[in-house]
Amino acid sequence: MDTVIEMKGITKAFPGIIANDDISLDLRRGEIHALLGENGAGKSTLMSILFGLYQPDKGTITKNGETVSINGPNDATRFGIGMVHQHFKLVQNFTVLENIVLGMETTKRGFLHMEKARARVMELSEQYGLSINPDAFISDITVGMQQRVEILKMLYRENEILIFDEPTAVLTPQEIDDLMDIMKGLTGEGKSILFITHKLAEIKRAADRCTVLRKGCHIGTVDVASADVEQLSEMMVGRKVNLVVEKDKAKPGEVVLSVNGLCVNSKTHGKSAVNNVSFHVRSGEIVCIAGIDGNGQSELVYALTGVIPPDDGTIILDGKDISKTSVRGRSNEGMAHIPEDRHRHGLILDYDLAYNLVLQTYHTPRFQKNGFLRFKEIYEYADELIGKFDIRSGQGGKTPTRSMSGGNQQKVIVAREIDRKPKLLVAVQPTRGLDVGAIEYIHKQLIFERELGAGVLLVSLELDEVMNLSDRILVIYEGQIVADVDPKDVTLQELGLYMSGSKKNIGASSLPGKEQTNEK
Amino acid sequence: MKNERSFLSSFNGMGVLSSVIAVLIGLFAGLIILLLSNPSQGFAGFIIVLTGGFSDLFNLGQVLYYATPIIMTGLSVGFAGKTGLFNIGASGQFTFGMYAAILVAVRLSHLPGPILCIAALLAGLAAGALWGFVPGLLKALCNVHEVIACIMMNYIGMYLVNYLIVVTEIYDRNKNMTTSVPSRVNLPTLGLDTLFSAATTGGAVRPSSVGSGILIAVITCIFIYIILEKTKFGYELKSCGYNREAAHYAGINEKKGIMLSMAIAGGLAGLGGAMLALAGAGRGIKVVDVLVPEGFMGIPVALLAFNNPLGIIFTGFLIAYLSQSGFLLQRLAFAPEIIEIIIAIIIYFSALALLLQGVIQYFMRGKKQKMKVTAEESNGESNRGDKVPERGESQ
Repeated sequence: MDTVIEMKGITKAFPGIIANDDISLDLRRGEIHALLGENGAGKSTLMSILFGLYQPDKGTITKNGETVSINGPNDATRFGIGMVHQHFKLVQNFTVLENIVLGMETTKRGFLHMEKARARVMELSEQYGLSINPDAFISDITVGMQQRVEILKMLYRENEILIFDEPTAVLTPQEIDDLMDIMKGLTGEGKSILFITHKLAEIKRAADRCTVLRKGCHIGTVDVASADVEQLSEMMVGRKVNLVVEKDKAKPGEVVLSVNGLCVNSKTHGKSAVNNVSFHVRSGEIVCIAGIDGNGQSELVYALTGVIPPDDGTIILDGKDISKTSVRGRSNEGMAHIPEDRHRHGLILDYDLAYNLVLQTYHTPRFQKNGFLRFKEIYEYADELIGKFDIRSGQGGKTPTRSMSGGNQQKVIVAREIDRKPKLLVAVQPTRGLDVGAIEYIHKQLIFERELGAGVLLVSLELDEVMNLSDRILVIYEGQIVADVDPKDVTLQELGLYMSGSKKNIGASSLPGKEQTNEK
Repeated sequence: MKNERSFLSSFNGMGVLSSVIAVLIGLFAGLIILLLSNPSQGFAGFIIVLTGGFSDLFNLGQVLYYATPIIMTGLSVGFAGKTGLFNIGASGQFTFGMYAAILVAVRLSHLPGPILCIAALLAGLAAGALWGFVPGLLKALCNVHEVIACIMMNYIGMYLVNYLIVVTEIYDRNKNMTTSVPSRVNLPTLGLDTLFSAATTGGAVRPSSVGSGILIAVITCIFIYIILEKTKFGYELKSCGYNREAAHYAGINEKKGIMLSMAIAGGLAGLGGAMLALAGAGRGIKVVDVLVPEGFMGIPVALLAFNNPLGIIFTGFLIAYLSQSGFLLQRLAFAPEIIEIIIAIIIYFSALALLLQGVIQYFMRGKKQKMKVTAEESNGESNRGDKVPERGESQ
C-alpha cells in the first residue's frame, strides 16, 4: 500500500499552549486510519491543518510524495481532501441533492442543470451503497441520513482522502453499524479515511491503524489488529484506565421516586411521547432507562424534572407528590438533574465557573443575603468544588465557562448537582461526547452517589454504559416501558430486541411488591 | 481582592476599545463629510464638533441636559439587553411616561409642588412600565417576539397619547402641544443651571437647561448596575438573558423574568420621559405623527456601552455632546443635519463594535503569539486557541 498523505513534524502553537508538537502521520491508500486522543489532545488542530484551516508553525505535508501547501478548504478540495465535520455543514431548507452539489453546481448557459448532477449523485449513491432520497429536505431527514449526505458531498467532489470528525457521536447503535460498513466500503473502492474518535471499540471494529495523540504529542502509531483496547486507552490517557466499572452489589432501600401512569403528549406529532409509564427508583440503586434515541426519554425526563408539565399521572418523590411542583420546588425537594445537553441546558457559558456552580443554589442563604449575592462565599465555594471534583480551570472560579473543555464543563455540572446531596439524581447521557478518562470519572461519581444512598435514574443510549452501571434496566420503546430486567440476566442482543420493540417483558415492572422477589 | 468583582473589571477592556474605535471612525468620516460640504471651513467645523460641548459652561450644561433623557432610554435598552431582550419600544414608553407626568403635573395642580413633582415622576415611571410590560407579557405567554410587540406599542403609544392629550384637556391649541407644566412642579435645578451658564454680550447671565435630572439619571444607572451585578435578582435576569433554557432548567422562572425585565426597562424610559417633561425647558409632547427620537437614541447609547449601565452614563454624554456640537456647527453655515450624519456613522460602527472587537483580538493575539510561542501548558485543557473567542458583555 502506498502512502497518499504524509504529515511530518507538524508543530502548531497557540497562545499559552502547544496544540501540536512535532506530530507525524502517514495515511496509506485504502486504509482506515484512526486518530485517537482525549478532548484537547490536538486531534482537531491537526486535522484543521490538513484541511487548510490553520498553517503549521513547523513541519510539512506531502501528497503522493510531493510537498504541498494547503491554504484553505478550497486547496484541500483541490488536493482531494474532504471532511465530514462533527457538526454537519448542511443547508437545512435545501434538498439533499441541492446540498450535495452546492458550490459545484452543473449549469447550462448559466442556468442550473440539475439533471446531470442528479445522475452523478445517484450513481455514487449506488456505487457506495449510500441510499438517499435526493429530493428530501435536510430538515426532514435523520442525523444518520444527514451524515450520508455529507459523505456523498465528499464523493461528489471526487475526494480521495476523507476525514471523519467524531462521526459516531450523534448516531444510534444501528446507524453506527451502517456507518462502519459504509466506511469499509469506501476504502474498498480505494479511498483513504482518517477517522477521529475517542471511542476505542469503534477503532477496534473499523480501523486498520491508529495514531494516538496526548496533550499535543505523538504517542505512537499502532496496528489495530495487534493492539488491545486496554493498551490503546493507556496510550491515550497516559495511565491505566479501568474500562469495566467496579461496583458492589446494590443495597436498595426505600422508594425515592415513584412514577404512576405518566403521560406526556408529543409536541411534534399527535401521539403520546410518554404513554402511561410507571416505575420506581429506590435509594441506593442505579436504574437505567435504555432505548433508542427519540423513544420518549427526553419527554420523560422533562416531565420528571418539571421542565414541562405532565399531561397525566403522578410523580412522587420521597413520599411527596411533586407532579405539579415547579422545577425549583423539585430541586429543593432533593432532585438533581444532569441534563442531556450541557451547553443548552446545563450551563450558562457566558457566566464564569463560580456562577455556574451556584446556578441551583444561588438563592439559598449561604450565597445571598437580603437579595445581594455573597461573592466571597460563592468564590470560596467554587474553589472548594474545583478541588473536590478536580475541575481543571485556568483562573479558578473566574474561569470563563466557555473556554473550558467539554469534560471539565461536564464536571462542573456533576459537581453542582452531586454536591447538593440529592435524594434522586437524574442523569441524562452524562458521558456523551466525553473521553475515556472523563467517562471513568463520571461513572465513579454516579456509583459513589449510589453508595451514599441516593437513587440514580440514568438515561443512556450507550448500551455498554447501561450494562456496566445499572442495577436495573428499564427499556423504553415508543414512550412505553417494555422491559424491566436485571443486567445480569440479560444479554446485549436481548436488550437490542427490547429496544427495537420486537420483544416485551412487562408485568413485574410496575408492581413494587413483586419486584422484591425479582431483585433477589 | 481575588473574590471581589471590582468596579473597573465590570468594564470589558476590549469592549471599551472597540467602542472608542467606532467613535473615532465616525468622527473621521464626519471630517470627510464636513470637508466635502464646505472645503474651506471643514477643519474649523471639525474643531467645533470636537470642542463645541466644552467651549463654555453653558454649552456643557446643554450637553448634560440633552444627555439626561438619552441616558435613561439607553439604560432602558441596555437593561433589557442584559436580560436578552431587545427593547426597541423605548420611544413609546418614553412618550407615555412623559404624558403621564404632564397629566399629573397639570391636572393635580392643587397638590404642593414637591409632592406633585414626585407624583409626576412616579406616574411617568408607572406608565412607561405598563408600556414595557405589555410586550413582556406577550413574549412570556404567547412567545410574540418583543421587537414586533415593541414597535406596535410605539405607534399605539404615539397615537393614543395624541388622542389622550386632547381628551384629558391638557392640550394647548395654539402650540399644538401639551399644556406647559407649572414651573413649581419642575425638578429642582439645584443651582446647576446657573453653575453651567455663560455671560451674554449684554452682561446678563444666560443659564443652561440642566437640572437635577442628570443626577437622577446617573444615580439610576448606578442603581441598575448594582441590581444587575450584585443581586440575586440580577443574577436571575442575566441567566435568562444569556441562556433562557438553562435558566429554566435551573428553576428560574424565566417568564416572570421576561415580564419584569420589560416592565423595568419600560419604567426607566418612562421616567426619562417624565424627567424631560419636568426639566423646565418647555418641552412638551407635540401632537404630531412622529415617534419621539429620544427612544431610538437609546439604542446606540446602549450598544456603544455594551449594555453596561455605568458605560451608558458616558456614551449618553458622548452622543449628547455631539448633538450640542452639531447645533453649534450652524455658526459656520453648516447644515445641522451634518452632525446627525456623523452620529449615524458612529451608531453604524457601534453596531459593528462586536466585529471590531474580533479584529482587535486578532491583532492582540498575533502579538502575544510572537511573544510566547513556547509558553508552557498553563491551564490544562482550556484555551486551545481555536475555540470561540470570548465575547464582550453584549448579546
